[in-house]
Amino acid sequence: MAAKSNLTNMVLVLGVTCLLCSAVLGGAYVLTEEPIANAQVEKTNKAISKVLPEFQSVQEKEISGVKYYEAWSGETLVGYAIESTAGGFGGPLVLLVGITPDRIVCNTSVLSHSETPGLGAKCTTDAKFMSQWKNFNPKGKKMTAGPGGDIDAITASTITSNAYAKAVDSAVKVFDTIVGGQSSADAITGASYVNKNNGGQEDGE
Amino acid sequence: MASKLKLITDGLVKNNPTFVLLLGMCPTLATTTSAINGLSMGLATLFVLVLSNMAISLIAPVVPDKVHIPVYIVVIATFVTLLQFIMQAYTPAMYETLGLFIPLIVVNCIVLGRAEAFANKHGVLESACDGLGVGLGFTCSLTVLGLVRELLGAGSLFGHNIIGGNDGMLLFVLAPGAFLCLGYLMVLFNKLFKK
Amino acid sequence: MEYFLIIISAIFVNNIVLSQFLGICPFLGVSNKLSTASGMSMAVCFVITLATLVTYLINQYLLVPFKIEFLQTIAFILVIAALVQMVEIVLKKVSPSLYQALGIFLPLITTNCAVLGVALNVVTKEFSFVEGGMLNLGQALVYAFATSLGYGLAMVIFAGIREHLSLSDVPKSFKGVPIAVISVAILAMAFMGFSGMVK
Repeated sequence: MAAKSNLTNMVLVLGVTCLLCSAVLGGAYVLTEEPIANAQVEKTNKAISKVLPEFQSVQEKEISGVKYYEAWSGETLVGYAIESTAGGFGGPLVLLVGITPDRIVCNTSVLSHSETPGLGAKCTTDAKFMSQWKNFNPKGKKMTAGPGGDIDAITASTITSNAYAKAVDSAVKVFDTIVGGQSSADAITGASYVNKNNGGQEDGE
Repeated sequence: MASKLKLITDGLVKNNPTFVLLLGMCPTLATTTSAINGLSMGLATLFVLVLSNMAISLIAPVVPDKVHIPVYIVVIATFVTLLQFIMQAYTPAMYETLGLFIPLIVVNCIVLGRAEAFANKHGVLESACDGLGVGLGFTCSLTVLGLVRELLGAGSLFGHNIIGGNDGMLLFVLAPGAFLCLGYLMVLFNKLFKK
Repeated sequence: MEYFLIIISAIFVNNIVLSQFLGICPFLGVSNKLSTASGMSMAVCFVITLATLVTYLINQYLLVPFKIEFLQTIAFILVIAALVQMVEIVLKKVSPSLYQALGIFLPLITTNCAVLGVALNVVTKEFSFVEGGMLNLGQALVYAFATSLGYGLAMVIFAGIREHLSLSDVPKSFKGVPIAVISVAILAMAFMGFSGMVK
């Protein structure tokens, strides 16, 4: 059935196939680029709306390598959604932590994890564990799920719970850098300004 | 028409890729943590299988013998990348769940195997039917395996909790459970269909 | 320290066969005898390390600068297929004895998803214990080599088990692959004991 092989037709057929295939893929890439980008944006927006009160627009920013989003409702700053990573049981545990300008953790959401299904992976489903992060005030709390800590652990998954607490804790620290240690009342109006300043410095260094 | 129908049904039982031919074991074990994941993986493979079978049956007569494997692989890889684009755009959550195993359809022995064993000797329509049959067989086995694992491991079916209470036998969702379920399903298949 | 973590993680904690489910087909296919199993693992080890080196460089210096990462799948599989062919030709000329030992396994390796899986993992996966999350070239090579050692380990253990299985009295429906798969389950359970060792 197959044609006889000689050098010319081997090179020709393989070359033409590769060319054709990459052309098809290039075309498909251009066609699907927009829907893929839209899907990404929708996903981030969905994640942000899960962790913050209602907002209208979002700005993506970066501070010392940490990605975060500023959510605005008209002229008022609704809060920050900060991406935060900690080492879990099976790999990186990536959270999106929503913090309102008065330094209250509004809510948290898991962006990606590789925890054990049925144990650590419950950090995305366990109602009791998840509800403790709703309107959570980190002030004066000991951020560990171990003995003496203030975090309720998921049953049989202390390491995951600890990682979760650690990620929230570092998000709060990022928040503190963002607002530049100002008192929370000032932070509301000064946030956007301080922000740009900080961002600029970080980039320059 | 009857012969085409037979091509499709053969793939389901007689040439069932998972339980009889033992092909494509990696996605079978890795993505069947729940019925819906297994079903999606099966459908993704089905998509690539039908299209690559058709394309290969078209180009087979002009492809020189010595380079036919690289040419087939390029064709298959093209369809896999297309599938990646489509899934990223319209089902991003499922794309993330299946992860590495979507690009790995390229090296799924079922796809290249059907190209070699069937598509390069038959017409477009027959090849499409063959791809459909084997793909459906693969999808069925994956869904069944996913169903069993989800039922035992999490006590739910397609995400709906039917046992009540939270805990299933966790083992079945984890790696050993995949092997265990597959092994016992093979035994069952042997008992039912092989005399 | 990082290298140590990569090695432990790749061989035991995230064993490529028993917890990542890559390369199962040859794992079940050629593990009947200890000698073929070790031959296959050596060939896989060789190809995975070499393929990772080449695909890493191609990704870094060709695909990323031109922003065509979406061609990763197609480029990597072509490179791997070509590489396997080349290794076969070179080996035949340079070391016929090694070719005799590994030769029959080489063509099978192109469609071993472990090779493509590791190559793709190295350029896309984030590792929490590595600074910055992504592997650099040295780490990638260590990861690839350690992963293939893990493959060899699982393969050799399993071949040992199978040699015993072939001598034992097994119910008819369980004969052959089913009982083998069920023994892999027990082996995988043993390897689960390592999980959580490396964060």
